[in-house]
Amino acid sequence: MATSNKPLVWAVFAAGGTLAAFVLPAIIFSLTLGVVLGWIPPEALAYERAIAGMQSPLAKLAAFAVIVPILWHAAHRLRITAHDLGVYADGLVMLICYGIAALGTIATLVALLGL
Amino acid sequence: MRETIHQLEVLRYDPETDTAPHFQTYAVTCQEDWVVLDAINYVKENLDRTLSYRWSCHMAVCGSCGMVVNGEPVLSCHAFVRDYPEKIRVEPLANFPIERDLVVAIDDFVEKLTSVKPYIISAEERPVESGENLQSPEQLAVFKQYADCINCLLCYSACPQYALNDSFIGPAALALAHRYNLDSRDEGRSARADVVASNPGIWECSFVGACSEVCPKDVDPAAAIQQTKIASTVDYFMRFLMPWRKQ
Repeated sequence: MATSNKPLVWAVFAAGGTLAAFVLPAIIFSLTLGVVLGWIPPEALAYERAIAGMQSPLAKLAAFAVIVPILWHAAHRLRITAHDLGVYADGLVMLICYGIAALGTIATLVALLGL
Repeated sequence: MRETIHQLEVLRYDPETDTAPHFQTYAVTCQEDWVVLDAINYVKENLDRTLSYRWSCHMAVCGSCGMVVNGEPVLSCHAFVRDYPEKIRVEPLANFPIERDLVVAIDDFVEKLTSVKPYIISAEERPVESGENLQSPEQLAVFKQYADCINCLLCYSACPQYALNDSFIGPAALALAHRYNLDSRDEGRSARADVVASNPGIWECSFVGACSEVCPKDVDPAAAIQQTKIASTVDYFMRFLMPWRKQ
């Protein structure tokens, strides 16, 4: 039997899953609940401050490294979930799931480079 | 001791005379400490000698009495009757062809288990004079859990991927491959990778985790498969990054 090429997608899937489990909750907390609870001063998220921070190439790279693997993780997870739910049109499911992830990747790139 | 009457609905099928499997119900008076296997043995001894099923140890060690009881794959010697309602439906393990009544043909599993080389492979022949192949308790602890598999096949009965695609190597065989890959005395990981790291190997698994839920020995095949996915992914990229590295 031939060695599978699945590691190519699975590596991104695993990385995205780890980011979604550990990094995403922290980001969501600091942008929402953290402010409401008073742990993070609202001024810290002021537009001028946030945009200045996000304009640094390092911040753009970090944002890309967080968003894109999570997109591909979601795409792969939904593809497998469709299979588990009995949708066996894998070609079409792949096209839709990975297609949206690819569009999301381009949109992320465009948005980050345009900052 | 308290006694309860249970209606035992047993799937019957004799391929020589029956066109399709059907259920036969037996009323069995069960003792409070009976397991489902006791009730089936009662049927065999007192009500219907034609009923066929496999069992041996009656203590969750041999792995031969796996059946689907009220929809869930269990060892029938490990499932107390008192934990079930009055009606108990007993079926053979799912995803295997029925040989007769509750007996299934497991040839497919045996073939797959053999294909992952579930034994210690040494790069060089070890002569008897070289003595024991020593292993520390720490080295044993690394794989001990995966060595507890009793090949009862409850995991194959529970696995939705195996149900869809019977070319999938499946939970128990992959967990045992992992057990040998983790063994400090073993050098056969690359020899197993041909089957293990293929599409019908670990990559057919979508991590539903039903195998680990039904496993009576807490082997956790789902974890074994995920760990193998990580190791195989590292192998995959290392082949490009460090092609000179021996697999």
